[in-house]
Amino acid sequence: MISIQNLSFSYRKNKPLFENLNLQLEAGHIYGLLGKNGAGKSSLLKHIAGLLFPQQGHCKVMDFESRYRQPAFLQNLFMVPEEFYLPQVHIKGYLNTYAPFYPNFDRKAFHNYMEEFHIPVDQRLTEMSYGQKKKVLISFALAANTKALILDEPTNGLDIPSKSQFRKVIAAAVSDDKCIVISTHQVRDLDNLIDNIVIIDDHKIIFRQNVEAVTDRLCFKNVVSMADAQNVLFSDSSIRGHAIITPNEGAEHSRIDMELLFNAVLEKRESISQIFN
Amino acid sequence: MEFKESQAIYLQIADHMCEQILLDKWKTEDRIPSVRELAVQLEVNPNTVMRTCEYLQQYEIIYNKRGIGYFVAPNAGKKIKQLKKERFLANELPQFFRNIYLLDIELDELKTHYEKYKKSHFR
Repeated sequence: MISIQNLSFSYRKNKPLFENLNLQLEAGHIYGLLGKNGAGKSSLLKHIAGLLFPQQGHCKVMDFESRYRQPAFLQNLFMVPEEFYLPQVHIKGYLNTYAPFYPNFDRKAFHNYMEEFHIPVDQRLTEMSYGQKKKVLISFALAANTKALILDEPTNGLDIPSKSQFRKVIAAAVSDDKCIVISTHQVRDLDNLIDNIVIIDDHKIIFRQNVEAVTDRLCFKNVVSMADAQNVLFSDSSIRGHAIITPNEGAEHSRIDMELLFNAVLEKRESISQIFN
Repeated sequence: MEFKESQAIYLQIADHMCEQILLDKWKTEDRIPSVRELAVQLEVNPNTVMRTCEYLQQYEIIYNKRGIGYFVAPNAGKKIKQLKKERFLANELPQFFRNIYLLDIELDELKTHYEKYKKSHFR
């Protein structure tokens, strides 16, 4: 569905952001794009959406080169950026203007999502808080029914109840022909939704694995004392004890801790990648 | 549903679904909620629920009618107990044995405790 080949890009000369970056994303999955501040998460998403152009290499969505922004490509991709602008109109006016660009737009679904988020449809966009506007945009994005859906930090600015609502609407939106990419720092908000983890660092993709493959090979545990643990690949200590990652030798089925995995991949890249190769 | 920290989500969902069957909320030969409905309700990826369904199907707790959905299998309750017993013996019992070994508790001693417990809770 999304195919990035040998992508190189830099905002400034001699300061590359991406160097020969490769990434393949398939339909039917929710990809979690993780990376430190400034690693290039948003820039990568903008390449996919055709908002930034590769200096070298290719970025394609459904065989359309993103940079050409052909109508058939734009009809089937929606991106919810982290910072956005909504015009000063009623929601109805917004729908009438923008929905026709998306042939598969589902107005009924839009109203269902708005209801799930508890936003009255007759409200003016200017009378809304940032979080409410974001919910309108997320509802629109899901209702647009595009093959590729890109969400940049979608839970930023959402209050506590709406994070649960967000998980529900995303779970409802997944289908075999859709590819959803979510970049996030708040992995704990989304860790039960994401089924594939993509980590970007050091100008390239350094980790891309299915959650199932991760828990097949690694075991995530909490131990009171490090003496109880053997073969520890990575550990993080707190007042509650030690969160550890070990190779999964006993075919255990532990629950993935994405924050711990992220830190482990960044700090112990060699030993982690050995296990997956 | 509140997810615990340690166990894989698909297994926690399996426990949740087994509970619905043991509590008779889902009866034998009933169609259970669809993968999508369960995913929305539990706020998880539908692929995870799919994995749970395949797992429960493997143990003949639910079965699949092509194009219609999953149904509670006959004798599901019996199968669930069998599966839970298997998992208890493999996971929790060794932990328990380790504790009683470290605390020098003999099995005979436990027997009186167990009889007392049964009397006060189940009779």
